[in-house]
Amino acid sequence: MNSLSLSFELAGCVAAILLLIGMPVAYWLAFSDWRGKFLLESVVALPLVLPPTVLGFYALLAMGPRGPLGKLWIALFGHGLAFTFTGLVFASVVYSFPFAVQPLIVSFEAVDRKLLEASAILGAGKWRTFRRVILPLSLPGMVTALVLSFAHTLGEFGVVLMVGGDLAGVTRTVSIDIYDRVQSLDYGEANRLALLLLAIAFSVLCVVYALNRRAWTPGWTRWTAK
Amino acid sequence: MDREVSSSTLVARIRKEQRNATSFILDVSLEAPPGITILFGPSGAGKSTLLNCLAGLTCPDGGKIAIGESVLFDPDRRIDVRPQMRHIAYVFQSLSLFPHLTVEQNVAYGLASLTEEDRRARVGDTLQAFRIGDLRNQRPSQISGGEKQRTAMARSLVTNPRLLLLDEPLTGLDAELKAAIVEDLRAWNSEKRIPILYVTHSREEVDALGERVIAMDNGHVVSRGAPMDVLDAPRRKRLAQAAGFENLLSATVLDLREPDGVMRVRLSASACEIEIPLAHASPGDRVQIAIRAGDILLASQRPHGLSARNILEGKIHSLDQRGTIFVARVDCGVTFIAHVTPGAVRALELASEKQVWLVLKTHSCHLVG
Repeated sequence: MNSLSLSFELAGCVAAILLLIGMPVAYWLAFSDWRGKFLLESVVALPLVLPPTVLGFYALLAMGPRGPLGKLWIALFGHGLAFTFTGLVFASVVYSFPFAVQPLIVSFEAVDRKLLEASAILGAGKWRTFRRVILPLSLPGMVTALVLSFAHTLGEFGVVLMVGGDLAGVTRTVSIDIYDRVQSLDYGEANRLALLLLAIAFSVLCVVYALNRRAWTPGWTRWTAK
Repeated sequence: MDREVSSSTLVARIRKEQRNATSFILDVSLEAPPGITILFGPSGAGKSTLLNCLAGLTCPDGGKIAIGESVLFDPDRRIDVRPQMRHIAYVFQSLSLFPHLTVEQNVAYGLASLTEEDRRARVGDTLQAFRIGDLRNQRPSQISGGEKQRTAMARSLVTNPRLLLLDEPLTGLDAELKAAIVEDLRAWNSEKRIPILYVTHSREEVDALGERVIAMDNGHVVSRGAPMDVLDAPRRKRLAQAAGFENLLSATVLDLREPDGVMRVRLSASACEIEIPLAHASPGDRVQIAIRAGDILLASQRPHGLSARNILEGKIHSLDQRGTIFVARVDCGVTFIAHVTPGAVRALELASEKQVWLVLKTHSCHLVG
């Protein structure tokens, strides 16, 4: 497997997982009135400010044969997590967490509270209100979360290097591949991959900003405009 | 969701302290039998808070809420039914239609527990009753204000609620459209017979809907009864202002003329004496008098041969046009506000500094508590 398709596979897995676990966390952060909410908010935002090497270091410790996650994994599957693709997924989920959760919080909070009250009065419980009102009205936020966590995972370097090492076909992602090629003075191939990443990053950001500015309005975002 | 329609009376006693605001306390006790009961009062009187408590969106600090035999809130018995289980319909001022659903889907939203077939039938009937059948596939952003209001009403009523709460649902509609929607609502309720609490601060809506009025001010019920009795004899100053009494004057009672059913008062800080309807008062008492600007006549010469008992001489202090009326401030020792038509302004050649006479009928002067 070449490094580019490995990166895409990793980013795809991570984005999907983050959307699933990001939604309940974002829902709770958007709607709870617990006073200690800031604590969880800070934890969620940590990966934004920590150097990737610090995050990767702790992830490595946790996944190592003596770390809690590593022990659990060995007990369950008979092999460790460090330097495997699954290990990379774990670490990347933590690393890209804020990129999925923040847009979800913003879009959940933007849903008019009166609509939620109207839904309750019409007999809908929390789950039905979430499914029928919050979710469809948060579609742009969900797309943003998906796209940002995908792109962020695609471009990560430090965490992958710490947790995954550089095993071709297993943990060698495209950003590490570029580094390797520069090290071995293969500037041509490095340039090709770098340009590809640049193009992907740019188009992804275009999608996100266009979506939020409603530059084009596909059917399902039209009615979220006031 | 589907249940026997009962013609039960809402009985509520609610106490709620607003902690963030400046010591606002809602403390009311009210009864609403089937039919329309109007909740009237100036903004900030606590009308919306009251509705939120009834609907279960706000938890009262104390009291009891029941519709007929069914208790919705009673802290003594640890009862606080969740909003989704109260079977109450609530149309917000904002209407709050779901923007991503069509008119039909909006109306069907509250019928989740019905079978597809029953749901379709009920929605169809309701769309028909509120004359929005043609709009079933439109989204809220594609329909007019009046159609939105009809949709919001239909969405609430299709669930066969036990109580309907309407928070100024018809603001911004012209009188004709308003009357048409109210007629549809009445027609619907002549069959269902549920209590409807209709919040408004518009005097016109009270007159149009009027069955029973509960007047609120500053978190309390200040009066209740037929619209005429409640609003034309306002006993509270802010209520008087909300009901359109532009002139609020303090006065001292001079003497009572019981055989004539009147008493004479002197307006404070002036020599003006006027005659007002007799009330429980004694000479020397301080009272407040409310007079509508539209109830004051202006004359350019001292009038003769009138039945009106109060004729005051004064000078126009200012004259401002507001739409199709002129607001005249007339200084008679105290300043009165009178409304006159543009035609009258021309005919009487009214202008600042012009001398005029004000004519007040005795029964246009209302005592405020």
